[in-house]
Amino acid sequence: MLDNVSVITLDQIAAEVWLLKQDGYRFVTMTCCDEGEVHDVLYHFDKNYALKHLRVKVRKGESLPSISGIYFAALLVENEMKDLLGVSVSGMVIDFQGHFMLAEGAPKAPLNKSIPGIGIQVQEKTPAAAEGTVKS
Amino acid sequence: MNRRSTIPFGPQHPVLPEPIQLHLVMENEKIIQALPAVGYIHRGLEKIAEKKDYIQDVYLAERICGICSFMHSQNYCQGIEELMKVTVPDRAKYLRVIWAETHRIHSHLLILGLLADAFGFENLFMRLWKVREQILDIMEKTTGNRVILGVCAIGGVKRDITPELADYVLRQLESVEKQLPELCDSLLKDYSVRQRLIGVGVLPKDKAHELGAVGPVARASGLRMDLRERGYAAYGDLDFKMVTEEAGDCYARTTVRVKELYTSLELVRKAIQRMPQGPIAVPVKGTPPADEVLARIEQPRGELNFYIRGNGTRNLERFRVRTPTFANLPALLHQLTGCELADVPVIAICIDPCISCTER
Amino acid sequence: MVNLTNSIFRKLFSRPETLRYPFVKRELPEGTRGRIDIEIDKCTFCGACEKRCPANSLKVTREPKSWTINPYSCIICGYCIEVCPKKCIIAHKEHYSPNT
Ligand code: SF4
Ligand code: SF4
Repeated sequence: MLDNVSVITLDQIAAEVWLLKQDGYRFVTMTCCDEGEVHDVLYHFDKNYALKHLRVKVRKGESLPSISGIYFAALLVENEMKDLLGVSVSGMVIDFQGHFMLAEGAPKAPLNKSIPGIGIQVQEKTPAAAEGTVKS
Repeated sequence: MNRRSTIPFGPQHPVLPEPIQLHLVMENEKIIQALPAVGYIHRGLEKIAEKKDYIQDVYLAERICGICSFMHSQNYCQGIEELMKVTVPDRAKYLRVIWAETHRIHSHLLILGLLADAFGFENLFMRLWKVREQILDIMEKTTGNRVILGVCAIGGVKRDITPELADYVLRQLESVEKQLPELCDSLLKDYSVRQRLIGVGVLPKDKAHELGAVGPVARASGLRMDLRERGYAAYGDLDFKMVTEEAGDCYARTTVRVKELYTSLELVRKAIQRMPQGPIAVPVKGTPPADEVLARIEQPRGELNFYIRGNGTRNLERFRVRTPTFANLPALLHQLTGCELADVPVIAICIDPCISCTER
Repeated sequence: MVNLTNSIFRKLFSRPETLRYPFVKRELPEGTRGRIDIEIDKCTFCGACEKRCPANSLKVTREPKSWTINPYSCIICGYCIEVCPKKCIIAHKEHYSPNT
């Protein structure tokens, strides 16, 4: 139900984003979803409360050109995507080398669905801890 | 002679309520570059959200932030309602506004207090927090908890405000309003406070727009941007007026927050007076469809974005949170560049950093 | 500072805002969500609460009949209270005390 989505390809990103910037759009954020084969990357922009989105499909292994040269604000979210989803982003103004959100030794790319076993495991239902159990 | 050195500011620092590190590259007393190092409190919340079902995620969303918790659950519920095409009863919308605005008041009082504390004005800090306690009392009386209210649900709210409680809220608000002018005057008119704040951390309007600043930071730079103008929930009927300032410095940001206290008081009052009778929730059946939505509301710190994508099951495909502090960090880096080391605490606290939401 | 002088003097001669805690307890308003407890006689051990608990802190078994809560992971959200068909889970006003 997102209105105003235009689907573009990898090499159009810089030009499209540049146009939006000239148009006075504010960079809101980027969202990346893992869709198995591809990463679905959405760019969100806002102008006078009206949203505009760009959608790019990035095949796993391909690298996404950074837009942090155009919108500096994109830098943080690009680094975060790199950390949490394992998208490789090229040409970031500041590259935290995968240690923006995650510390050294943390699981790599926890939100990436194709790296099995390294994602965060949700705790299994355990019996209540021995101490502090209340009723039986 | 220019000597360069790098100073790590944080993660533990007296003015920082939460851990964030700023790498400050200094030339003598001047900062020439600032870099954030976050991740100290990354909780992997977006991943957990995928594992829980969409109703449990209401409680999860509420726990993203401990200060503006209600607004997170409100935004999440509004997003899911948009996704599932649920229409919320009017009364629930008004109740949401009441709790959201009380949250804004308490959040602003909190940050103004911390600001006073940051430049060593302990007395004012405690006085502001004492007033905040009355707001927390309102929340405790009406919802059962002080901060994590747990009253927002998909399809409405869980508790109602009875006429007696409404009277109580109005009385409390009146008493808060009586105490505010004295405190706000000492915050805004005091000589030493003005010396510390005016002209510090200037963020020009065009820069604020380019860096994607949101909330009071953007409004203090003269950007007219407040999502409440869009009239979500019941804001459309409450004649909301936006507060903006032009200067773009720390003083302007403080002024915006102080003025917003009064707007919020007014909004709560109007919402209570105009609240229609009726049900407070509608039952919600089914699961979120395989669709996506970007839910946005105005939080005390600025625009909060939830990207929610369902997949037809009870679980969500993706839940992404973009909190206002995340959007304000680039603006913070810009303000820090070129300022003196002694001003860093004040500038950092003036964007109202909420790190645990930023890292989720 | 001038602005505060008056109020500081006022405060000097007024009662403290704080309570002498262990001796004077704060009055909790009606409807506070505190300690989660169960009226075990009414419970049918259906497990609805266990399935919904977002923090996985409930454990219900039919054989032997048991209902346990892990108070350390319970986030006192109240979801179990809502879903229980028998309405046998209750939230006490007071909170978990540290020494139980
Ligand atoms: S939902 Fe109620 S009746 Fe069912 S097991 Fe839980 S407490 Fe017992
Ligand atoms: S209050 Fe919430 S966390 Fe605690 S047992 Fe009930 S459902 Fe679980």
